[in-house]
Amino acid sequence: MKYVIIGNSAAAIGCIEGIRSVDSQGSITVISKETQHTYSRPLISYLLLGKTDSERMKYRSDNFYEENNCTVMFGTEVTKISPDKKEVLLDNGKSVKYDKLLVATGSNPFVPPIEGVSTAKSVHTFMSLDDALALEKDLTPDSRVIILGGGLIGLKCAEGILKSVKKITVIDMADRILPSILDSEGSSIIQKHLESKGIEFLLGNSISKVDGQRAILKSGDIIEFDSLVIAVGVRANTALVAEAGGTVNRGIYTDLSCKTSLHDIYSAGDCSESYDITIGQPRVLALLPNAYMQGEVAGVNMAGGDMLYDHAIPMNAIGFFGLHVISAGSYEGECYTVAEGNNYKKLFYNDNNLFGYILIGEVARAGIYTALIREKTPLDSIDFELIKDKPQLMAFTKKDRAALLIKEALPDNWQ
Amino acid sequence: MKRIIVNEKWCLGCRLCEYNCAFANSGSIGTTPLDMAKALKDIVINPRIKIEEKDDICFAVSCRHCKEPLCVKSCITGALTRVDGVIRINKEKCVECHTCVLVCPYGAIMPSDEGVMQKCELCVQNTGGEPFCVKGCPNKAIEFKELGGDSV
Repeated sequence: MKYVIIGNSAAAIGCIEGIRSVDSQGSITVISKETQHTYSRPLISYLLLGKTDSERMKYRSDNFYEENNCTVMFGTEVTKISPDKKEVLLDNGKSVKYDKLLVATGSNPFVPPIEGVSTAKSVHTFMSLDDALALEKDLTPDSRVIILGGGLIGLKCAEGILKSVKKITVIDMADRILPSILDSEGSSIIQKHLESKGIEFLLGNSISKVDGQRAILKSGDIIEFDSLVIAVGVRANTALVAEAGGTVNRGIYTDLSCKTSLHDIYSAGDCSESYDITIGQPRVLALLPNAYMQGEVAGVNMAGGDMLYDHAIPMNAIGFFGLHVISAGSYEGECYTVAEGNNYKKLFYNDNNLFGYILIGEVARAGIYTALIREKTPLDSIDFELIKDKPQLMAFTKKDRAALLIKEALPDNWQ
Repeated sequence: MKRIIVNEKWCLGCRLCEYNCAFANSGSIGTTPLDMAKALKDIVINPRIKIEEKDDICFAVSCRHCKEPLCVKSCITGALTRVDGVIRINKEKCVECHTCVLVCPYGAIMPSDEGVMQKCELCVQNTGGEPFCVKGCPNKAIEFKELGGDSV
């Protein structure tokens, strides 16, 4: 069996580990646009912060490819997939045959057209290790930085570079930050926290024109800057599959086995959609844990195993200067809210299920909440008042708790 | 593969497991004489095993070393791995992003006092012997048992 993987990040690594859990013999070829050993993309802000370094941010050990008997083609891009010939064409003119193919092409930063942006001397996106290193090179203690976009990527970038620069201004069209993971009260807590660290926000605003080192805003204000970071969002890299005739929506369509609409072609990670059980619809869940788990499921199935990616939910853990935010699920239904200073808790529930939650500050044991969403645990089977108070196993019945606490200790064939 | 089994029927809620865990991970093991009181004097303990208690129910919770570990699969740095059935954490790689806290269904991973995450590693990273929580449990509410099956 000949496996080919396009991409070299979390989904690709999950796929390799998935394949090798079933098939130790088949050949695996990884085709990577980037030149580095597999690394963790979310760590680029920690790299600039000095909390990790290029060695420690490797997602797997140096001998990973060797141990898993993989051939890696670094710095090589796939230009076309030919499903009829079962081969991929490379930018060096060569082609590679496959029996099973994984498309894990990730996403790219979306760069909106801004008049005059080419007149600025330092404009960056913040997605890859190369992006982070290029930005770092331009920064000095006197740098005034504009970050366009108050989402996860823009704000982690802000945290990463704050101590290295003079001033950071975050501009976003929306009237609040982190709308993908927070409600408006939560946004406001994090914004105040970031402001207390010295980050400035201009919300409900945008850049209408750039003139050298001056940004002219929609509001008419003019801001002088040295570097501009564009972090308004990402777009799934779907072109290869679309051009090969595969079904593409906002991301590459995949079924629960992580297979695309094309024969023997699978997809995982930020480029693909998975089925979000909290809304009952497919969507792109561009988060590292999801990428790994999708990749693993794809790998197992590519190798002839049987595994479904049927518990996908949006979920996120992020922190800024020591203040942690953990959230999961979808924010609909009835709410239970507790707010006290920087500690914020909101549970969203309906009928008999927990749909989502947001925790800021006090985030201990949040995974107990996540499991209630992922497993669709009926709320009438637990003590909901106890769970509202804090995540705890005490809320389960004695029987369920015994099963829970002993489950992982039992052999697979235990009845 | 030997596993930690928790039996709440026998748990007295004495919290010796929490103290033994803190002791085992205090760096004092291997020095003589073994003196828990001395090792933990003036320290607010931050154990990897924790008692849940309400009315007359109590039980200890620590890492279950899951066969399909969500923490390992979700770890954004690769700091969490499953080695010989034990879920280990590489403190050099951890950046305290809390993704493991987001996904652990048992609430068994928490920040350490050193600014990275900590979890039960069955004492393989300190004494190499029997987990100290088990050794010190006066009522056998926590046992370290071979249940057969899963050896990976």
